[in-house]
Amino acid sequence: MIAGADDIWVYLSQAPLFWLTATLVAYGAGHWCYERSGGNPIVNPVAIAAALLIGLLTATGTPYAVYFDGAQFVHFMLGPATVALAVPLFRHLPRVKATLLPMLAALVAGAATAVGVALVVAGLMGASRETLLSLAPKSVTTPIAMGVAESIGGLPSLTASLVVATGIIGAILVTPLFNGVGLKDWRARGFAVGVAAHGLGAARAFQVNQIAGVFAAIAMGLNGLVTALVAPLIVHFLPG
Amino acid sequence: MLKALTLLLVCQLLGETAARALGAPIPGPVLGMALLLAALLLRYRGRADAAPDWLGGTADGLLKHLSLLFVPASVGVVQHLDRLSNEGAAIGLALLLSTLAALAVGAATFSAVARLTDRPAVGPERKDGPTPPPGDGA
Repeated sequence: MIAGADDIWVYLSQAPLFWLTATLVAYGAGHWCYERSGGNPIVNPVAIAAALLIGLLTATGTPYAVYFDGAQFVHFMLGPATVALAVPLFRHLPRVKATLLPMLAALVAGAATAVGVALVVAGLMGASRETLLSLAPKSVTTPIAMGVAESIGGLPSLTASLVVATGIIGAILVTPLFNGVGLKDWRARGFAVGVAAHGLGAARAFQVNQIAGVFAAIAMGLNGLVTALVAPLIVHFLPG
Repeated sequence: MLKALTLLLVCQLLGETAARALGAPIPGPVLGMALLLAALLLRYRGRADAAPDWLGGTADGLLKHLSLLFVPASVGVVQHLDRLSNEGAAIGLALLLSTLAALAVGAATFSAVARLTDRPAVGPERKDGPTPPPGDGA
């Protein structure tokens, strides 16, 4: 007896296999577009994959929780990948040690700018207080950002989305911006994108240059710490 | 590959455990990264090229596809489409301008301080440092 298409879909859409495969295929499609564009940073593979998958979820009426049941296997690998950052860091440690002061200065300036400008712009445009609080930690890596959002009264799941959006924006902007102003120091380029756009910025940096990737990874780690400590203080000064 | 993945997971596990035990505001994987770096430094002190191939290969492979790993979280935006349609302009402009400003301020600060602290005598580092000598033609 042959099952109907509906039955097969009911089975597949509930099994992790389908959404796991869909995630990889969607990213593959995004990456294919990126390569076909000649490496144009505006053609961001993550944004394309997310758009395709959101379209599929909406079209099939699948809740995000069901999708994530399958996709969590990909999501899980973020942990080991973060640990793996120790390897390029180890390879380039002498260079890193020589730049402690520039890193600390750029860290404080970049982190404060990211939080401050986001709150001022959104505040002026009339965003709700809940949105502002969710926006404050958006430049740091997801687990820290969600923790900070929760502790200052934002919505952690909204923050997670804003974190990813920030990362995509940073990954798109970084190369044209720094090529445009003629900045050739890979350390400065990498560190800035790590402060402004966390792991997605670092992922982009690793695609472009190893040194930039290493500095982006360090910046991401340090900014997590700084924002966790500073965001509650800045938010304290929000009106209302 | 299996050996490397095991090592990465062990470091992550130790990092998660330490983060919980200390109540630190740092995610476990970040502590795990610090732990692995410390282990590499102890084992291969000073020799930056000494990271073993079995570990280096797996680490490079994972990091090459780092952005894939953000896809599941990025789909999570689907849960907030209502708020985004109401406050989308404010949120979008805030994200765009703050990211642009943070990139510019971060890089400018780094370059300015590096210009003060970079020594011409850094030696082998110099040739791909930030300030190539005039006439380098790069």
